[in-house]
Amino acid sequence: MNPTQDIDPKLFSILKSVPDPEIPVLSIFDLGVVRSAKLLENNRVKVEITPTYSGCPAMDVIGDDVKKALQENGYQPEVKLILSPAWTTDWMTEEGKQALKEYGIAPPESAEADKKALLGNEQIIPCPQCESTKTKLVSQFSSTACKAMFKCQDCEETFDYFKCLI
Amino acid sequence: MTNENLIQYIYSIADNSLILGQRLGELCGHGPTLETDIALTNIALDLLGQTRSYYQYVGELSKEDLTEDDVAFLRNEREYKNVLIVEQPNTDFAYVIARQYFFDVYHFLLLEKLMESKNVNLQAIAKKSMKEVAYHKRFSGDWLKRLGDGTEESHQKMQQAVNDLWVYTDELFHMNEDDKVVAKAGFGVDNTELKETYYNEVEALLKKATIEIPSTPYFQKGGKKGIHTEHMGYILADMQYMQRTFPDMKW
Repeated sequence: MNPTQDIDPKLFSILKSVPDPEIPVLSIFDLGVVRSAKLLENNRVKVEITPTYSGCPAMDVIGDDVKKALQENGYQPEVKLILSPAWTTDWMTEEGKQALKEYGIAPPESAEADKKALLGNEQIIPCPQCESTKTKLVSQFSSTACKAMFKCQDCEETFDYFKCLI
Repeated sequence: MTNENLIQYIYSIADNSLILGQRLGELCGHGPTLETDIALTNIALDLLGQTRSYYQYVGELSKEDLTEDDVAFLRNEREYKNVLIVEQPNTDFAYVIARQYFFDVYHFLLLEKLMESKNVNLQAIAKKSMKEVAYHKRFSGDWLKRLGDGTEESHQKMQQAVNDLWVYTDELFHMNEDDKVVAKAGFGVDNTELKETYYNEVEALLKKATIEIPSTPYFQKGGKKGIHTEHMGYILADMQYMQRTFPDMKW
């Protein structure tokens, strides 16, 4: 678990079973969008989630999925959307990053590497298919706001890169 | 500072994102390449997401229990406080990029300061938005350079767009009465302080793009007081159509 998360151990496995609606190999827990989950009296549960991007259209679905998973386990959930502190890719678990890579999406590199890239320096993202480092940025924005599109110059596959937010 | 001052100040920030988001949304399916089409609509999505956060906060502040939809869709033209540059049309890709870059540089500087606001809600929205706007600015800046320093035709079109939109940049730093009151209370940003950094940054990039810096002494203004260009009515007609036709409709 991430040190910034405050989650009741009893709810841990339930939250871990809820997949991200757009990247189903990743649980919303591994993505780091669940900020806290507290068990209150009478099986009531209060969950706080935070968006990856302001306009993330998956937030409503994530909220509903969390509610459903908790209800199925006999809890009475209340889900609240919070903005602060703002989500960062540093909250993604190692397990989550591994799952992304196996799915064909390059996981976020270190915050430092992306910061350099934002300042105009070249950024090297290894290809998730063949591990080659000869890759090229095609577009800063890909199928969703949280990803950029790269192309591998060795295996010639295009692939998504989960952008760092720092 | 009254709640009404604060609400008006939030409009002056959030309406920029709403109207620019709407403009970019018009390009969905019409971008010059698939990648740029997706990028522009992604930027629109970020801007509309940020707008929602601001409007939801307006809802909390308002006495009339306004919802974000009321605020977005049910105001009249004079009640929108966006600057004129964001309502300028998508004439061609060069205009889209110049408009975006001129706004992004300002937006980034504004959020940097708004992150220090004494108001925790504005602070949180600024911190969140800042991360997204860093990517917007990189996208628009890269394209401005590529087109300016590209072919003879792309250069000429980029220069034309910069010449036409330059007159709307000065307004970004104007302060209306509400802005002044809210800045003085430590909740808002004094835009006049951003001006020098802004022009230094923009002019340095234009130079790299081999684009000549326009020298007009005359600038357009009015949006921050609700006096808009002729384009605004059309944008609102399009944007508000569903809510006006089917009042209180929900998705």
